[in-house]
Amino acid sequence: MRPALSRLWAARVARFAPVALAVLMASSLQAQEPQRIVSIGGSVTEIVYALGEQDRLVARDTTSNFPEEVSQLPDIGYIRRLSPEGVLSMNPSLILTEEGAGPPEAVELLEAASIEFAEIPAGYDREAVLTKIRRVAEVLSVPEKGEALAAEVAADLDDAAEVAAKEAGAAPRRVLFVLSMQGGRIMAGGTDTAAEGVIRLAGGVNAVTGFEGYKPLSDEAIIAAAPDVILMMARGGEMGVSDEDLFAQPAILSTPAGETRSVLRMDGMKMLGFGPRTAEAVVELAHALAGD
Amino acid sequence: MVAIHPDAHAAGDRRKLARSTTWVLVALLLATAWASLAVGASGVSLPAAIGDLLAGRELEARTRIILWDIRLPRLLTGMMVGASLAVAGTVLQGLFRNPLADPGLVGVSAGAGLGAISAIVLGGLLPLGLSEVFGPALVPVMAFAGSWLSVSVLYLIATRGGRTSVATMLLGGIALAAMTAAFSGLLIYIADDQQLRDLTFWSLGSLAGSSWSRTLYAAPLMLTALVAAPALARGLNALALGESAAHHLGIPVQRLKTLAILVVAAAVGAATAISGGIGFVGIVVPHLLRLATGPEHRALLINSALLGASLLLIADVISRSIVAPSELPIGIITAVVGGPFFLWILLRRRANLEI
Repeated sequence: MRPALSRLWAARVARFAPVALAVLMASSLQAQEPQRIVSIGGSVTEIVYALGEQDRLVARDTTSNFPEEVSQLPDIGYIRRLSPEGVLSMNPSLILTEEGAGPPEAVELLEAASIEFAEIPAGYDREAVLTKIRRVAEVLSVPEKGEALAAEVAADLDDAAEVAAKEAGAAPRRVLFVLSMQGGRIMAGGTDTAAEGVIRLAGGVNAVTGFEGYKPLSDEAIIAAAPDVILMMARGGEMGVSDEDLFAQPAILSTPAGETRSVLRMDGMKMLGFGPRTAEAVVELAHALAGD
Repeated sequence: MVAIHPDAHAAGDRRKLARSTTWVLVALLLATAWASLAVGASGVSLPAAIGDLLAGRELEARTRIILWDIRLPRLLTGMMVGASLAVAGTVLQGLFRNPLADPGLVGVSAGAGLGAISAIVLGGLLPLGLSEVFGPALVPVMAFAGSWLSVSVLYLIATRGGRTSVATMLLGGIALAAMTAAFSGLLIYIADDQQLRDLTFWSLGSLAGSSWSRTLYAAPLMLTALVAAPALARGLNALALGESAAHHLGIPVQRLKTLAILVVAAAVGAATAISGGIGFVGIVVPHLLRLATGPEHRALLINSALLGASLLLIADVISRSIVAPSELPIGIITAVVGGPFFLWILLRRRANLEI
């Protein structure tokens, strides 16, 4: 090293020594805990915030948009289309993800770069929410906080279930979840979906039972489903389906929901995320279904 | 060969121009290849890494993974895919004597697509042992099988008494593409939510899934096609005068067609399998070069491979840096940049374009 350069280094080291020392001490205190986390999946990110561990996040995925401040973090893209170098550029020590991170080549490379990968199982009922919370807390090495949050959320969910049971009464309402509408075709939520999960928790009945997942529903199937209420995600702008468009659909118009013009809209992530806000969503939906 | 050109002097000039264009394109490819290795979200420095290597120092694990396991396979894949698509376009256009022929037109891409979609949607249904054997190679293998199958069926339809009718082949290709699309539609209907999103992203094209294993699976097919293509040049030049003229010039027309079809199936099948639907390269690249250096196929095929590779690398560098740390599908870039550019060239040269 040339003398001028080494003098420069000496100056830099002197200036940053106190900072470096502080960082060193802090990191030796929490050496076991991953400090640079990339969180993938809206509900997982929400849980990290609910646990109060958001300072450890360095990046998030496209679906993580709650709470609002999370959008200040860099966006590494869509869960199934991770860019290996993009994720590596965040220099993470842990990737915390919902089920289904991909493509497999990217996951392999990230694991080869000795980055810890933690997959949080999905599910659409009370237990799934609690399992997610406990698992995230465990991975973040804050199991006590996780137990506390899980207990709190469990209590909320029990309260919500009580509200739902009271509101639904003897005649549970039939709910049709409409994911989107393209060229007059309705994409509806069938069995084994988050939509069905939240409808059930709120004391309703999914009007569509013939298929799994989200699929287009024929006009006759819509009439046969005979929903009392139509449930949609609240989305702004082009993506949203207006009441006008919806009831311009003759099949929808001839259902009980069409006759009474019953449409409910709710924030998509809150309603379908199955995270800390699920209890809130269930209470809201239960009241709305009962027409309060 | 000179006899093909009415003006021998002009043909000589063009040949010289084509040769100097080749050198320019080689330089362009080297520059884009360097950029593709040097640019990325992580800010790993290529010159520094090369310096370390030359000095005999070990690279840091992270640097090694980014350069060796992420950027290098991606560079090689991009080069091969770009070259394959451009060469396949050139061969098809020569074969059909129609500058609008495109791998999409004769159902090759649709066949490859059906293969890949089947692998994505039905892959989980395979008996356990089978999916273990293929693993991540299932999509590339199925896509090649699909493109090869659709070209073979097309060839059977269009060939009667040992002769292939180009008109029947074009129309048959459109019919076949429609049927293939119907099957793909059926598979898309039974796909679940996650598979649907995989399909959407796959159809937009990306080099993000490049890895050594996938590159090595697809490379033999693409390289064979690229090496074999220049051998078609003389035949394609003669074919430009019409089938009977080519026959009288001593070209084994039937064998030429068979070979050309195989080259296209291999190039497009492997390229589609590894990178999804990347449009416009197959049609823009040969066009640009034909406008610049004329229709002689040997130069056209070599230059197409070089320019196709460079353009895809440029598009890939843009796709991974424009929204870093996320990534834009590369098919969007090629379409957004390629479409208007192509139109501009067409309009500018409309006066002396002989299509």
